Amino acid sequence: MEVLRTGSGFWSALVWAATALGSFLIIWLFSRAFESGYKKGTDQTDPFLSGNPPAPGQRVTASHIYWGFVEALKGYYQPLVRAHSGIVNDYLAWAVLVGAIIFALLGGLMR
Amino acid sequence: MDILAHVPILVVGIPLLGAFATPLIGRAGARARNWFAIFILLLTTALAIALAVSVYQSGPRVYVLGGQSFGFTLPSGYFFPIRIILEVDGMSAFFALIIAVTTLLGAIYSTAFIAGHSGLEKYYALLLLLAAGMFGMVVTGDAFNFFVFLEITSIAATGLVAFRTGRAESSEAAFKMMVLYNIGGLFVLLAVAILYGQYGALNFAYLARLIEYSLLDVIALALFVLALALKAGAVPMHMWVPDAYPAAPAPITMVMVANTQIGLYGLYRICFTLYGLKLTPALVGWIVIILGLASIFIGVSMAVIQRDLKRLIAYSGIAQIGYMLLGVGVGLAVLGTPALNSYGLMAMKGGIFHIINHAFYEGLLFLAAGAISYRTGTRNLDELGGLAHNMRWTAIFFIIGGAAIAGLPPFNGFASKLIIYESVFKFNPILAVIALLASILTLAIYTRAFQSAFVGPQLPAYKDVREAPASMMFPMGVLAILTVLFGLFPDLVVKYLVTPAAQALVNQAQYIEAILGAGLGVK
Repeated sequence: MEVLRTGSGFWSALVWAATALGSFLIIWLFSRAFESGYKKGTDQTDPFLSGNPPAPGQRVTASHIYWGFVEALKGYYQPLVRAHSGIVNDYLAWAVLVGAIIFALLGGLMR
Repeated sequence: MDILAHVPILVVGIPLLGAFATPLIGRAGARARNWFAIFILLLTTALAIALAVSVYQSGPRVYVLGGQSFGFTLPSGYFFPIRIILEVDGMSAFFALIIAVTTLLGAIYSTAFIAGHSGLEKYYALLLLLAAGMFGMVVTGDAFNFFVFLEITSIAATGLVAFRTGRAESSEAAFKMMVLYNIGGLFVLLAVAILYGQYGALNFAYLARLIEYSLLDVIALALFVLALALKAGAVPMHMWVPDAYPAAPAPITMVMVANTQIGLYGLYRICFTLYGLKLTPALVGWIVIILGLASIFIGVSMAVIQRDLKRLIAYSGIAQIGYMLLGVGVGLAVLGTPALNSYGLMAMKGGIFHIINHAFYEGLLFLAAGAISYRTGTRNLDELGGLAHNMRWTAIFFIIGGAAIAGLPPFNGFASKLIIYESVFKFNPILAVIALLASILTLAIYTRAFQSAFVGPQLPAYKDVREAPASMMFPMGVLAILTVLFGLFPDLVVKYLVTPAAQALVNQAQYIEAILGAGLGVK
């Protein structure tokens, strides 16, 4: 069977898939001996919202996910978002800046 | 007449003529117009496949326009090419396949997605024009033609982004795109003029033989790099991408991904084929690497905070462009050194392999996002939820696309990223670590996107939502199958598609010889 040579090693997706399938099979066989803890319609099937009782219609939306990550990196994100101003003049300014750097690097270092 | 002998011009000519014929065919009705556009792109796809097979079997194909014979590159008594010459090598054929698949699937998806809008004959005409422009860019061996086809893609893409004129975001995004594309186009024109002024020639192969890397050549190179990196959406010139991609109709966004990748094609063609070893490969390679690294880092960072699904995919797509720049940039940085064979060529293969993978999984993600907005009327992840109850196939397609872009095995994105990580690690371990971390963040981004759109209880607003029509599901199915197959059999893709493309880039002499060694009038 052909494998992908990556320069340092190799990769075969088919071998990986067979291994993954075998592993799942073993886990499934073991899981038959596990205790069945899932009880439909009980509290355990409700989302856990930091211990608060869920309000009607309350759910976890995209804005909630990774809120802490973004909050912790506020110092990084605020200037980054500001740079994405949506103003085409700013877009051009970035292109001019990059152009100047490329000109300086190529023009300066070739001499 | 051997029709296959004319394939290089037919892949450009057929969609071009089809574009002009579409408004006329449209008089016969919407169905005739739709089928005509699909037929034209199906025919072009068949020709692109025939062209690729021919190039992979027999080496670069040359086609002379207006000459005594189609293979007669140098007229008698001349030792330089004076006519318009198309040259198709492994890299051109590789991109031609991407263009063919994405435009064909885009046309099929459009039949349902865009139905109901007025002026659709213009829509399909622009789509065919965009296909013709992209094919032209990858098959031409002439610098001025390259500029002309670049402009054709710019005009057609801008028109398609602005097509839904009822939406303010479409007009605004198209305006921004038009400004930036025009600036980029003028940079390319200026670079071509500089080279023509110096050498009196426009043919890439002939210029590659003459080029001296004088100060003027350096200025031309800087203009080319800047303009093509802008078209490719490399950070920090990427800002038009998250505006234009969400504003365009979903099938056009998929085609726009291929259009953006043509910027990479141009960048690679200029650096490797036109300048080759005459430039300072290490410096230019590092410029490309830094652009790639910035794209990876800023792309994923911005994707984390997006709520608009298509904008999120657009930002993560910018990061993927970074991987392509990184892989090929490493190859460029070690061009002409023993490290090229040690790991440089493999890094290039990883970057090039990632291009075709990206076209498929990113296209799939945009089409899935299009199916969601088509049925729910929103792309806002905060408003979406529980769609997997009613849109199971779309959910599966989104998982496949999301897993592939995050580089999870056994999907295609994993295979190309693995090659990039390993080869880039040998060049500079820090670059590989950053690329790897960005992949982990990409997985987090798509986990969030999938959770927000598809998981959770069924929302009352979307209780009656159904799967998208069959003509929209079919292209998604094809892309999902290609994403899985390219992941399961990456060795075959690398062997038959990627390696000839990478070899074509590093083998500058072969490209030159195909033009300057094929004519009878060589002195």
